[in-house]
Amino acid sequence: MLRFIVRRLLQLIPILLGLSVLLFAWLRALPGGPAQAALGERATPEAIARYNELFGLDQPLIVQYLRFLGRAVQLDFGNSSRTGRPVTEEFLERMPGTIELTLFAMVFAIGVGIPLGYLAARKHGSWLDSASVIGSLLGVATPVFFLAYLLRLLFAVELGWLPGSGRQEVRIDATRITNFYVLDGVLTREWDAAWDAFTHLVLPGIALGTIPLAIIVRITRASVLDVVNEDYVRTANAKGLATATVRRRHVVRNALLPVSTTIGLQTGLLLSGAVLTETVFAFGGVGSAIFESIFARDFAVLQGFILMLAVVYVLVNLLVDISYGLLDPRVRVR
Amino acid sequence: MTAMGDLKRQRIDELAARAGQVPEGEGGVSLTRSAYRRLRRNPVAITGAVIVVVFLLVAAFAPLLAPRDPYAQYLLGEIRPGFIPGGREGFLLGADELGRDLLSRLIVGSRQSLLIGVVSTVLGVVVGMALGVLAGAFGGWVDTVVMRFIDILLSIPGLLMAISISVLLGQNQYSLMIAIAVTQVPIFARLLRGSMLAQRDSDYALAARALGIRRSRIVFGHVLPNSLSPVIVQATLSLATAIIEAAALSFLGLGDPDLARPEWGAMLSNAQDFLSVRPELAVYPALCIIVVALGFTLLGESLREALDPKFRR
Amino acid sequence: MSIEDLPPHGADRTGQPVLEVDELTVTFTRRGEQSTRAVDGVSFAVAPGETVGLVGESGCGKSVTSLAVMGLLPRRGVQVGGSVRFDGHELLGASDRTLRRLRGADMAMVFQDPLSSLNPTVPIGTQVTEVLLEHRDMSRKEAVDEATRLLDRVGIPDPARRLKEYPHQLSGGMRQRALIAMALACSPRLLIADEPTTALDVTIQAQILELLKELVVDTGTALVMITHDLGVVAGLCDRVHVMYAGRIIESADRHELFARPRQPYTGGLLASVPRLDGPRGAPLHPIRGSARDVIPWAQGCAFAPRCDNAQDDCLTEVSGSTVPLEYDGPGRELRCRHPLSYPSTPAGATASGAAR
Repeated sequence: MLRFIVRRLLQLIPILLGLSVLLFAWLRALPGGPAQAALGERATPEAIARYNELFGLDQPLIVQYLRFLGRAVQLDFGNSSRTGRPVTEEFLERMPGTIELTLFAMVFAIGVGIPLGYLAARKHGSWLDSASVIGSLLGVATPVFFLAYLLRLLFAVELGWLPGSGRQEVRIDATRITNFYVLDGVLTREWDAAWDAFTHLVLPGIALGTIPLAIIVRITRASVLDVVNEDYVRTANAKGLATATVRRRHVVRNALLPVSTTIGLQTGLLLSGAVLTETVFAFGGVGSAIFESIFARDFAVLQGFILMLAVVYVLVNLLVDISYGLLDPRVRVR
Repeated sequence: MTAMGDLKRQRIDELAARAGQVPEGEGGVSLTRSAYRRLRRNPVAITGAVIVVVFLLVAAFAPLLAPRDPYAQYLLGEIRPGFIPGGREGFLLGADELGRDLLSRLIVGSRQSLLIGVVSTVLGVVVGMALGVLAGAFGGWVDTVVMRFIDILLSIPGLLMAISISVLLGQNQYSLMIAIAVTQVPIFARLLRGSMLAQRDSDYALAARALGIRRSRIVFGHVLPNSLSPVIVQATLSLATAIIEAAALSFLGLGDPDLARPEWGAMLSNAQDFLSVRPELAVYPALCIIVVALGFTLLGESLREALDPKFRR
Repeated sequence: MSIEDLPPHGADRTGQPVLEVDELTVTFTRRGEQSTRAVDGVSFAVAPGETVGLVGESGCGKSVTSLAVMGLLPRRGVQVGGSVRFDGHELLGASDRTLRRLRGADMAMVFQDPLSSLNPTVPIGTQVTEVLLEHRDMSRKEAVDEATRLLDRVGIPDPARRLKEYPHQLSGGMRQRALIAMALACSPRLLIADEPTTALDVTIQAQILELLKELVVDTGTALVMITHDLGVVAGLCDRVHVMYAGRIIESADRHELFARPRQPYTGGLLASVPRLDGPRGAPLHPIRGSARDVIPWAQGCAFAPRCDNAQDDCLTEVSGSTVPLEYDGPGRELRCRHPLSYPSTPAGATASGAAR
């Protein structure tokens, strides 16, 4: 198992290197080049020339790349042209919000999706089955931001049940420790702050969770339908095991294998795909930062956030692979 | 041994023929034809196909179908803050925030939306397939290099990649298409390569090689055509994703800068500002996107079922 | 006439049969398709210590028969009729709980493909102990000890280590041994083996058969052997039922069947096996056509389209009745109007076969 993990970690290196090359090329190709990216759109030609000299942009490409790589390894992506603060600092400040949101969305998607998919398969052909199939098709076909707007309009604006923007009420003066607002509230025992931050997660979390929900329902259903017809389930029945044992040990355990891969993939996608939802709810996570930097042409933030998100995505996928290895003994040996 | 009367023998043959009849679509019928037969009997496939065909027809004949000029601002005079005129005679779905006829804009907008979906998917398929064929046909170091590149592309989440490319190429409809196409490329390349590898190692390809048939003929004459069905399925499904993704990029301000040109994604994101005044402005283009995406998805899923014997239940 | 009415035969047939199957029918109905009758009035019985073979080509209904006996057929789209009695108790229509209490404990089954029949994500040990824990009053530790003993008994070396391994880490033969260990865990009184050697290498096949013989036959467990392989029948079975298109067409003791097959189908099966003791270059005699070329039993003998002996009255519309399964000498039954005949056969047995 350890060898499996080490091998997967080693396989990451070329991918991350390739990623850095692509990003470097992207940065070079941007209108105005990296100087403009670092200094912002309104930079004077003199400032750009000074920057180019300072950062060796008059040097050969390979030298430039190595410098870029060196700084990227130290997580130095320069300063945001909007706020003037280091990109990494902004990222670390905003990422916890996105992580909280993603976790909420995934818990929602898994908590509803797996039982629903399982029930749909158990009641194959029933109205519940048809409804979940149609629902999951609709869930994938609906643009996320539109759904987010609808939820916000209905539950925040019209009904006023839940907050429709931000991560916490402004008037709540909460203590910040980790920047995970819910966690901070729990740690400092400021329960109302924790609860308030949690309610702010509900609507964007549900909006963000619909696509994974739809996919999890579909995969769970298909997988359970497959597994129920497997020979080993027949064997389990032939052994006279109690129905509950057959379902738990032989059906569910195997049916969840493909579901677990899906969950991992979707979690990785959500971490970065939160751009749309966060924007609608002005959530203040990494996603809304990307949206704001597109508008402000804040390339320093864009490049840093994209690279760091891609790394997070790759790492999450690695975790998925490892956990899959834990779940399915057949993978480990290969 | 002919103790049996001819008449009876005939009768038995007849019965045997009827009882042992080859089920439709198995043996004796070409794969594509049997797949088509299965599709025709599948209500899901028919639903998907009808949706897709209807929307394609609407897009094709949009100028004839649109009741009014989609650019003309008919009801501008009636618009006040907090009020946008709704449906009435001559304006079935009412006006948008600039007094233009919503129905006409939806109908004409289908062209742009479907075009973005089709062009970006075709682009993605062509480039992806070229890379996949390169890797799958040659193997060896070509395969390694191409697949490493594909893996790197796959390690960037699709939306982020589309955003990066749109930002790079500037804000217009062509960069939108290219951005979406690029996110599709690695998917198709991987798919085609995987399916080609499976075919290349199959017994019939080995047999062809043993018969001394040239490699290029095996690859292009046998392996490639047989590897195409997963690509066709994925392409159909990708049309749905492409249209949804185009709307998302539009929403992020990376779409067509010419807001007058009707396009569902742009109309939808534009209408968000008037959601509490007149939600239909957003709901109608959203419905168009959802229904078209659903149509392509249904068609793609039933294609998969029809082409892949494993999925038959 | 059914088999139970026949006088007892075979040395160890004492007491009541463990399993009695009477006029079993299984019909599959799928939405939008014509229903098919996979098993059509099959009757047989198995006594303690007896090994009964169900022989036939794939699709003849032998596996469906075994699944129907075990109550393992899906409930949806399947109608099971007739009677299946285990120890005199009717199983058809019995509650799921009753069946689960019997399965694994009193009646067990070994399947054809040992790899797909084992759960890939659960260690072998758990798959053995779960039977014991379900049916026997055992602690977990006792169950593990018993499982080790069982694996040892079926000839798996280093059983303590194997218990922790997963199915994919075992060889095909080992997997089948493990499956047999699970089936035998609670010393069932009836074991159904559905083509237990088909998926295995020839050398392993012999070992598995030997193992079954040792563990089952010699301990007095009743065994139903389902196979298409006449070699298996020759080595193991006391009594053989040959099935075709869902019905039994010939029943006989093993020696009788091999010496004097009466149904042309049985004869064909035997003739299509290459013989070492035959003259070199002697042609093989395959049965022509395939199992697809059948006619419904209601319209005549299902085998008639492939049969060399077929005559006009094999068809119902000529003879006016369907072909019945009839007494054909002591311990034999036959469904055929024009069977193969032999000079040495007692005259009475060929009553229906003299037409040739």
